[in-house]
Amino acid sequence: MTHDLGFWTLQTLNALQLSMLLFLLSIGLTVIFGLMHFVNLAHGSLYAMGAYFGASLAAVGGYWLGFFLAPVAVAGVGVLLYSGLIKRMRRSGPMAQVLVTFGLIFALLDLTRIFWGDLALALDAPALLDGRVAFLGVEYPIYRLFVIVLGLAIFGALAFVLGRTQIGAMIRAGVDNDAMAACLGINVERLFFVVFCVGCALAGLAGVVAAPLLSVTPEMGLQILIPTLIVIVIGGLGSLKGAIAGSMIYGFVQTFGAVLAPQLASILIYALLAAVLVIKPVGLFPAKG
Amino acid sequence: MLEVTGVASGYGETQVLHGLSLEAWAGRVLAILGRNGAGKSTTLKTIMGLLPLKSGQIMFDGKPIPARPFDVAKSGIAYVPETRDIFPSLSVRENLEITERRFGGDTPDWTLERVLDLFPRLGERMNNGGTQLSGGEQQMLAIARALLMNPRLLILDEPTEGLAPIIVKMIHDKLQELKSDGLSMIIVEQNFGFATSLADDVVVVGKGQVVWTGSAEEIKCDEHAQHTWLGV
Repeated sequence: MTHDLGFWTLQTLNALQLSMLLFLLSIGLTVIFGLMHFVNLAHGSLYAMGAYFGASLAAVGGYWLGFFLAPVAVAGVGVLLYSGLIKRMRRSGPMAQVLVTFGLIFALLDLTRIFWGDLALALDAPALLDGRVAFLGVEYPIYRLFVIVLGLAIFGALAFVLGRTQIGAMIRAGVDNDAMAACLGINVERLFFVVFCVGCALAGLAGVVAAPLLSVTPEMGLQILIPTLIVIVIGGLGSLKGAIAGSMIYGFVQTFGAVLAPQLASILIYALLAAVLVIKPVGLFPAKG
Repeated sequence: MLEVTGVASGYGETQVLHGLSLEAWAGRVLAILGRNGAGKSTTLKTIMGLLPLKSGQIMFDGKPIPARPFDVAKSGIAYVPETRDIFPSLSVRENLEITERRFGGDTPDWTLERVLDLFPRLGERMNNGGTQLSGGEQQMLAIARALLMNPRLLILDEPTEGLAPIIVKMIHDKLQELKSDGLSMIIVEQNFGFATSLADDVVVVGKGQVVWTGSAEEIKCDEHAQHTWLGV
């Protein structure tokens, strides 16, 4: 079986685009977990909400209104979740947290059904990014290139904030050892809250960005949850490097698996997950060495 | 300065402190001595808010001490834990800066330059990761980081544990310098000579209570107390 250069370029771009969507989702989840030891299984539901907010806002004021406001709206949902539920559950242990956030998935799912109905919504890419462009021998949709560039830009911004700024050092200190960080006068609770909201906003951003590529359905949050969890388990909990590496691995294995070995595609990523868990159970780049 | 009265505390269901009382005075060094498992570290963790205060009270400068570690730190108490707890993901510089920038104020006593004068060794390792340091360097960094909080009370848990004699001597001299500067300190130690040469006051803890109180000079002469409570 031979493939020309165009095939490889096309599939590489597809893989990158999937990787970037997963990165936007997994970075929030992984840093929240690293910092708060809190598994928010409802993170995928926030992605679905981002898509719905985006679609509704776009219907009023065009794509860009949705693009900029949907993450803000989802961060607002995050504030409600944090103050209503998560703050109270901080000390209640992983089992209770998993059960509550698992239940939250269904609560949020039905809320989206009540507000937006069961029918799939569509969100069109903005005129500016509509159409295709010739790129390394292939005609590639501009919107998908935009998703790749956006993901890389967010990665760059987060790498700068986490790696080079005072607040980034405080977040890393909190992930390393939250008790000691508190003893040094770092308000770890407030840091949690800010990180949680930013994580929610990024999940919302992923949702609105994904909407023109997929159709917006209530189940989209459930469908993305497992890939996101696989990404952070492969990448290692709590680290930016782990989130980007895990996303890339997932994106490339999934995309190339589907075209090169379609019979194996559905199990390939799970086999890889199992291999990582056997060889390096903490993931490839965990925050705690 | 710090008054601990009838404190009960412990880990989960296991109670370690049973009505422990002690007092640390401003401008003086208090050593807390005792055998392993007597409750020395538990006392410090309870003061810092790392373990819940089940009963009794802790007053700092005449006010009840806050419950959360973050507020305890803000009230002016700096803590150097037994395990040093240097952040592995941060460079030496970042380990220092995360406290310096928030506690500095306008005319801080302790600045980055001043702690590097105290521990020149750290200056050579500013860009190293926190975990690339030797045990002695980690201890220096933990003390330097605590000083940058410009604390009114410095609490050290076993500052000499696992260190080579020459480093122990160096840490001793540096703490002596801080003492001459008038910094109030509480030191938990297994090393009897180290502790009694630095301290003004001594309390001995056994089975979660204070069993002996006096001055450093007194305990050096009291062979009975040393034998009964410290196994010296």
